[in-house]
Amino acid sequence: MSGAELAERVLARAGRAGDLLVVVDETATAHLRWADNALTTSGTAEQRRLTVVAFAPAGAGTAAAVVSRGGAPTDRDLTELVARARRTADAGEPAPDAAPLVVATDTPAPSWGDPAAEVPVARLRGFSAGLGDAFAAARAAGHALYGYAEQRAGTTWLASTTGLRLRHVQPTSVLDLTARDGGGAASAWAGAGGVDLADGDLPALAARLRGRLDRVPRRRTLAPGRYEVLLPPACVADLMLHLYLNAGAADALDGRTVFAGRDGGTRIGDRLTSAPLTLGSDPAAPGLACAPFLVARASGAAGSVFDNGLPLAATRWMVDGELRGLVQTRHSADRTGQPVTPFVDNLVLAGPAGARPLADLIAGTRRGLLLTCLWYLRDVDPRTLLLTGLTRDGVYLVEDGEVVAALPNFRFNESPVALLDRVVEVGATERTLPREWGDYFTRMAMPSLRVADFAVSEVSPAV
Amino acid sequence: MRATTGAVDTDGGMEPSFLALPLAEVTDAALAEARRLGVRHAAVRVVRNRARRLLLHDAHLRGSQDDTELGLSVGVLHGGARGFAAGPEVDPAAAVAAVGRAVQVARVCRAVGAEPVELAPEPVYADRRWTSRCRVDPFAVPEAEAVALLADWSRGLLAAPVVRHVLAKVSAVRETTWYADTAGTSLLQQRVRVHPQVLAVGVADGATATLRTLGPPTGRGWEYLHGTGWDWAAELAEMPEHLAGKLRARPVRPGRYDLVTAPSHLWLTIHESVGHATEADRALGHEIGYAGGTFVTPADVGVLRYGSELMTVTADRTDPYGLATVGWDDEGVAVGAWTLVRDGVLSGLQTDRHTAVRLGSARSTGCAYAESATHVPISRLPNVSLRPTPDGPDTAALIGGVTDGIYLVGSDSWSIDTQRRRFQFTAQRAYRIRHGRLGEQLSGVAYQADTTDFWGSLVALGGPGTYHCFGADLCGKGQPVQAAAASHGAPTAVFRGVRVVDTAGEEAR
Repeated sequence: MSGAELAERVLARAGRAGDLLVVVDETATAHLRWADNALTTSGTAEQRRLTVVAFAPAGAGTAAAVVSRGGAPTDRDLTELVARARRTADAGEPAPDAAPLVVATDTPAPSWGDPAAEVPVARLRGFSAGLGDAFAAARAAGHALYGYAEQRAGTTWLASTTGLRLRHVQPTSVLDLTARDGGGAASAWAGAGGVDLADGDLPALAARLRGRLDRVPRRRTLAPGRYEVLLPPACVADLMLHLYLNAGAADALDGRTVFAGRDGGTRIGDRLTSAPLTLGSDPAAPGLACAPFLVARASGAAGSVFDNGLPLAATRWMVDGELRGLVQTRHSADRTGQPVTPFVDNLVLAGPAGARPLADLIAGTRRGLLLTCLWYLRDVDPRTLLLTGLTRDGVYLVEDGEVVAALPNFRFNESPVALLDRVVEVGATERTLPREWGDYFTRMAMPSLRVADFAVSEVSPAV
Repeated sequence: MRATTGAVDTDGGMEPSFLALPLAEVTDAALAEARRLGVRHAAVRVVRNRARRLLLHDAHLRGSQDDTELGLSVGVLHGGARGFAAGPEVDPAAAVAAVGRAVQVARVCRAVGAEPVELAPEPVYADRRWTSRCRVDPFAVPEAEAVALLADWSRGLLAAPVVRHVLAKVSAVRETTWYADTAGTSLLQQRVRVHPQVLAVGVADGATATLRTLGPPTGRGWEYLHGTGWDWAAELAEMPEHLAGKLRARPVRPGRYDLVTAPSHLWLTIHESVGHATEADRALGHEIGYAGGTFVTPADVGVLRYGSELMTVTADRTDPYGLATVGWDDEGVAVGAWTLVRDGVLSGLQTDRHTAVRLGSARSTGCAYAESATHVPISRLPNVSLRPTPDGPDTAALIGGVTDGIYLVGSDSWSIDTQRRRFQFTAQRAYRIRHGRLGEQLSGVAYQADTTDFWGSLVALGGPGTYHCFGADLCGKGQPVQAAAASHGAPTAVFRGVRVVDTAGEEAR
């Protein structure tokens, strides 16, 4: 049964009671995982999730109830599922975020009834051949490769009694590669997000890491203190992802987050940095395309089931350093008097056109630390978005434009928001993968950043 | 290394609709297909996870979810390589197809070069059942009733002038699993856990602070929200005063302090610096690409001085309300209890059937777990707990013995390096201790230490009366990442001369 047919069978049970909304998610994945030049736990999985949202009049407003289930529901299961959602909605209190459901303006696209995208095991074969070659080359060099490659295809159907019939297919690929030298004294990492594993250049990535391990400069110690740092795009990705996930307007109104205004409002309109940085999301961004309509499988501070089906458009969160928008539901947009700018599943940070690649930033460095990626970032103070975290997979000292020493990893306590104001140079924006949250949010394009006065709190002997 | 305590065989409360699934039929079909394809070992798992979540903002429902996942998976050992496949259909044809796909994966892996896998032997357990202790089914509580309880808690807090906003949430999870393998083991298990949390936001004189309840996730049913296992009314009643103290807190002066840690704080330090550091798969390098390794090597067992002689840390999957407690693990291994650190010396590690063989152990310690049917079982934490001193003092006496220190209550942020050595932790509340007396709250308190230095600085432990279990229900590991839950008990403890920084002072101004 296709997702469209499943959705229709649910809506057929709507009867004459309040509105119903259905989301069907079919996800197919195939993945390879390896350690020490050998495959470990690899596999393939298909999942289905059917989410039913029932709406019911409650007092002067509307209550909503969400029930979802996986597996292969029978017609009896569907009847039971709708009845359960109805019962809960009927007993519910008015939802604060209640708003009229989105009404269809178009007839369904011809692809509405198409089946879910699949990921057969054969999709791994081309990639795995290259992986075998990479293992052999690593072994010959006395190195060990660790990593993960995944091909995913998510198909989502969204349908409602108000006529919505929307379908989206989201292909995603992730390649995460770590190389270590024989003694485990040096580590290097590269990650790539995309839509198809076959588009990735595994041999080139592996060769790049091999080169980095073959040319590790002499080691030096690192004293705590403040340093100029060069953050490659992967580092900037993890930092900006934390910023984005804390950019909900409703939480800012509570005074809890870094985007809370002093007077109870939000900081929209504040200048966050004098650097010419623009942060945005766009469902149509080339290479980063994501769902052009909103899918909310539950309500929360930054999402509302009432908003399902809202069209998503290019959104600029920060323009030339000025905060322009926060993640909104229609409810929070109303409370803040701002446009409705919901969460979009990609993120792009960019500086002025003609910015230079990381190699040029390194060449233009008098003295600074070059990082590889970040790890174990955790919120320390939500009011400033102060994060603690560690560097991972290589820190290097750059002097007079050259990498001159390998340094130990270190801990820092920094806020990605405060840090923006210490950006002194913006590099060219490129597709990248956040090292820590690359399993959760992959569609990112980020520049390298040169940041002044980055605090090294203490060094770590971990490689 | 381990002692089996014999799993409880009960039948109560198993979800009837799960029992109605064609479990025997899918198992017979899958295992017959596995044998036909020359599979050396195959395991079939059918898993239904029901999770319910409620979120209230200022005493009004902001969002709710009631999600039931269902799937079937097959893991195979074929030609020395592992393969795995999962799908949403629980019927014989889908099971046969899953075996075929799992074998295909194993073939792909063998062609590239797969780690050779041997499984430690384990007795056969045929037709066995186990269920956790749940008195009130959290899924039988109507949403309106659950919302009313959390709204009542929230309104109580909002009545305090210092409290500006309240977020209240609860999650309840029921995992029902069927496991059967080619050796003849077949197991039906079900466990339930709940986790209520309340966050109060306070504002005073332009300052904002947040405070979270300490009540941990636990392997109980809805009775937990009504006071069985945790006194919610008492904790909520104290929150406004604690929050007011937190709003008045002054920045800590960086330096070395004696730390007195409440069990509500230390559990997370145990989790990160002892629990994850003693996982055999990390020691063998399997997690180097993602979750990381550990400074511990298999050769360290029996030799490595982990901490002071006061330090004894046990591991178990048997504690009646432990989050990691189960009858058998996800490789069909009967669970038990063992010791990780005895009198300050490393005495054991955590294994699954594969890593047990790599370590030369006769049996697995039973740590295999998969979040759902779509995940491959990997080695996950058991309940890992620091033992109290049998005749140890109470918390007041421990604080009384400290001249210049800080008392830490509740967990907040946590971060540790990829070899589980250098770490930084913060607390919900940090109190100054001067000459044995508890003083005002401090802000910005974070302590940084090296695992073995920190545990070496353990100078005093409270008695059994100070011991309490806390835990994590969303611990991530593996790729694709999967969540697991584990409990961690501790007495009140004292650590001498630990480095403390002021996190707010670390950033450039």
